[in-house]
Formats: sequence, C-alpha cells, structure tokens
Amino acid sequence: MLKIENFDAYYGQSQALRDFSITVSPGEVLCLLGRNGAGKTTALKAIMGIVPPKRGRISLGGTDLTGLPANRIPKAGLGYVPQGRRLFSELTVRENLEIGLMTRKSGPAALERALSYFPALRERFSQRSGTLSGGEQTMLAMARALCIEPSVLMLDEPTEGLMPSMISTIRDVVIRLRDEGVGVLLVEQRIDAVLPVASRIAFMDHGEIKAEMEIDAVRADPSILKTYLGVGH
Amino acid sequence: MALGPYLFLATLEGLVQAAVLCITAAGLSLVFGVMRVVNVAHGEFVMLGAVIAWFAASLVTGHPAIGFAVALVISPVIVGAIAFASERLILKRLDYNPEATIVATIGLLYILQQTVLIVYGPDARPVDPPFYYTIRFPWFGYSSYKLFVIAAAIVIMGAIWFVLQKTKAGLIMRAAQFDRETAQAFGIPVDRVSAFVFAAGAGLAALAGVLVVPIQQAHYLMGADPLLLSFIVVIIGGLGSMSGTVVAAILIGLSDGILSVMFSPTLAKMVSTLLVALVLVFRPNGLFGKAAR
Ligand SMILES: Nc1ncnc2c1ncn2[C@@H]1O[C@H](COP(=O)(O)OP(=O)(O)O)[C@@H](O)[C@H]1O
Ligand SMILES: [Mg+2]
Repeated sequence: MLKIENFDAYYGQSQALRDFSITVSPGEVLCLLGRNGAGKTTALKAIMGIVPPKRGRISLGGTDLTGLPANRIPKAGLGYVPQGRRLFSELTVRENLEIGLMTRKSGPAALERALSYFPALRERFSQRSGTLSGGEQTMLAMARALCIEPSVLMLDEPTEGLMPSMISTIRDVVIRLRDEGVGVLLVEQRIDAVLPVASRIAFMDHGEIKAEMEIDAVRADPSILKTYLGVGH
Repeated sequence: MALGPYLFLATLEGLVQAAVLCITAAGLSLVFGVMRVVNVAHGEFVMLGAVIAWFAASLVTGHPAIGFAVALVISPVIVGAIAFASERLILKRLDYNPEATIVATIGLLYILQQTVLIVYGPDARPVDPPFYYTIRFPWFGYSSYKLFVIAAAIVIMGAIWFVLQKTKAGLIMRAAQFDRETAQAFGIPVDRVSAFVFAAGAGLAALAGVLVVPIQQAHYLMGADPLLLSFIVVIIGGLGSMSGTVVAAILIGLSDGILSVMFSPTLAKMVSTLLVALVLVFRPNGLFGKAAR
C-alpha cells in the first residue's frame, strides 16, 4: 500500500502542494482528477522525490521512504509513467526497457511479463524509441515502468493525445494490473477517461485534494460530480 | 621538399594534433553532455597529466618507456581523483548551476595552475618519448612515437565508444545525459554518475597530457591551447555529441596542423575560430547537435 500523508511542496516560494494525503491499496485504481495546473503532476513528482516535499510522510508496503533521495524511491517498488512519457528518446526500445530492469535488478522474467502486456513492442526492440508512434511510445513508457515489477504504478495522463483504440488498450492493461493486485494511481483531466477503471476518485485543485469518493457513490449519484467539475459530464 | 611530400608531412602533423584533441575534447564533451557543466578547468587537467608524466619520468629510473607506462596509469588516476574531489566539494554544492559552475571552474583553473607553478616551477621541461625509432619515408623521417599517438587515440576512442554503447555503465551515463529527472525515477543515482563522469572526463584530459608531453614539453601554462581547441571542437561537433566531437576534432586537428606547418600557427587558429563563428551562425547546435531540451 502506498501511503502519502500531509505533503507540502513548493516551487521556490510558491506552494504547489498543500496537505496532500492519499492511499493506494493493492488491487485498486485511485484516480486523481483536476484541471490543468491543479498540481497533479507535482503530486506525482513529490511522491517520486523529484520535487522533494517540505513536509509530510511517505511509505510503501509499510516501509518508510520519507526523505529518501529520488533514485531510491523507485527501488522500493514504485513505477512511474511521467506526463508526456519522457522516454530516453535517443535510446532504443530495448535500452529503455533495460533501464527499467536495472532499477531493482529485475531478471528476464520481469521483461517477459512487461512485454506480455504489450507484445507489439517486441518487433520494435532495436528501434530508436523517439521514432515510435505516439501509441507505441506510451506502451513503451508503461512497459518500462512495469519492468521494475511495481507494487504501485503511477500514470500521469497516459491517454493524452492518443487515438480511442489506443486508449482502450491502455484501459485494458490498467484493469489487468488492478486484477493482478497492483495498486494504480491514475492521473487524468477528464472523468470519462477514468470512469470504467476507477475504484476511487479524488479531485484536486490549487494543490489540494478537495474531495475523495468511492466510484459506487459516483455511479449511484452522478450529479455529485457537477460540484467538482463545474459542468456536468 | 616538393609540395606533395610536404603536404603529407603536414597531414601527419595534423593527424597527431587531431588525435590528442579527440581525447581531450571527448572528455569535455562527456562532462558537458551528462552534467551540463562547462568545465573551464579542462585544459588544466591536460597540464596536470603532462606534469605528472614528467614527475613519473624523472622518478622512475631505467628505460624511458617504464616511466611513460607508469605515467599512463597514474596520471589519469591522480587527475581523476582530483576532479572527483572538486566535483564533490564544489560543483555538487552549486547544484550544477550553469553560470555558477563556469565561475567555479575558472577558480579551479587558477588554483591548479598556481599550485603547479609553486610545486613544479615556471620551466618547460621535456620528457623522453618511450621509444625513439624513426620511420623512414622516401622524403623524410618521421617519429614513430607520433604515429603511436595516433594509434593510441584510435584505441582510446574505440574504448570510449564501447563503454558508452555496449556496457551498463554507458547506458546509465546516456540515460542521465538525456533526462536526469526520469533517470532518477528509474533508480539511477544521477549525482554519483556526475561525479564519476567528471572524474572520467578529467582522466581523459590527463591521458591526452601524457601522450602529448614527449612531443611538447610540460609547462604550467600549457592548458590554454587544449582548452580553446576542445571548446571549438565541442561547439562545432554539437554539444554533448560524441560522434560530432570526433569528426570536429579531426577537422580542426587537420586544418590546424596543416595550416600551422604550411603557413603559420596564427593563421591556423584564425581559421579554426572562423569555423566556429560560421557554425554558430548557420548551425547553432553544431554539425551533429540536437536542439537542447
Ligand atoms: N517546474 C516548475 N516550476 C515552477 N512552477 C511549476 C513547475 N511545474 C509546475 N509548476 C506550477 O505548479 C502548478 C501545478 O502544476 P502541475 O503539477 O503541472 O499541474 P497539473 O499536472 O495538474 O496540470 C502550476 O501552477 C504550475 O504552473
Ligand atoms: Mg500534469
């Protein structure tokens, strides 16, 4: 279980994260929603230690990770698919995956497993990752994160700019991961992108979580969304 | 001597220049590529390498080749250690800020230069080449040591290529070069990689210093030329691009060598500087460079 308690994070003087707390349990998909600039990406970067929080605690599977340098956090089993994918675009597909494998010194079995979600990547092994199509790049970014055999996987707007067929591929993978017991923290801007996969939904604005609810409550009364999304979806 | 053989001699001299320059500039390029630090003290690492080679040659008795071999090993190690310490004590504390590290490495340049002046003195001192054999061409004799320098550069550049492209350490360095933040998100200790790369870059400069000292003598001010020329090479080749660095080093080394022999060293430097200006105007990212991210 990923547990974040009371994170505060800053860019210089300006506070980008206020008292941010969430938990992601094994086998659930927590969706973090919010407008552009709400602080979703910052939240993930703070969790990864890339934007070190000034206050708060983090633990994964009961292990305290508070204050660890950024390169130590993924070693605890936290997978990260950054916004915009952030592939090592000059490196080949294989090399990108090797970097994922190095994180926790995973063996070839981890690679096989990661590729089992995205078999299409096999044919691209020696291709420079920057030359892949958008959908393939997203698959590679996810496979790279899966190579670390994460207990919790964080995805930052993975469907941004993708075609509907690709979006449903990603959705299927998220569902499969969830059913296999991986905890997923899924960041999106739009509710319709996450409704089919979410276990819980958290709304973010101005660096704060404004509300959190079970998906069943949303399904029972979709009108509660209006409060947080402005217009009804 | 007829023009043909004269041009051949000039080309050989140019290739020797290019060889040494390749190694020096590769170090500078590696450091810039991975750390985004412009190391103004890079030439001083060449100088340190040469001075340490002189000490090795004068302390180790027997055949000059023994002292040379010792220098080939200890110079890069000592200079690498000095660079490693400088990185931990200075660059890391500046958080690799681009402007601050330029000023800091200028400071480092003077510290190294003045320390060598105090310890080693102001004289230029020769070091015997490890072997004296002269290769007889029909028109002139040529030092086999200089040909050895060319061969050594090819081997060293091959080794750099192998490490960067074929080993785990190289993959880590390339990943850190392309995207520091994401590299950390995959467990790469970018910080320690930086210290290692800075040491390796300095070690390469020192190696170039050892190779050049039997040709050029060791002097506490000898770092200026390699610094200028490697900057030119790195800019022309494209910042952080290793293949660009090699091509540009050969280009600049050859033109510098040929023009120096056929006309004058001053003209050679003018042409190199002009080349940089042209590249900056028409290809601001260098011949092989990509737009910075
Ligand atoms: N590197 C940065 N430096 C300064 N401010 C930043 C930086 N990155 C993001 N911000 C600011 O922090 C706020 C949250 O941004 P972000 O976390 O990217 O939001 P979201 O991912 O929800 O769109 C925004 O106001 C943004 O302008
Ligand atoms: Mg974002």
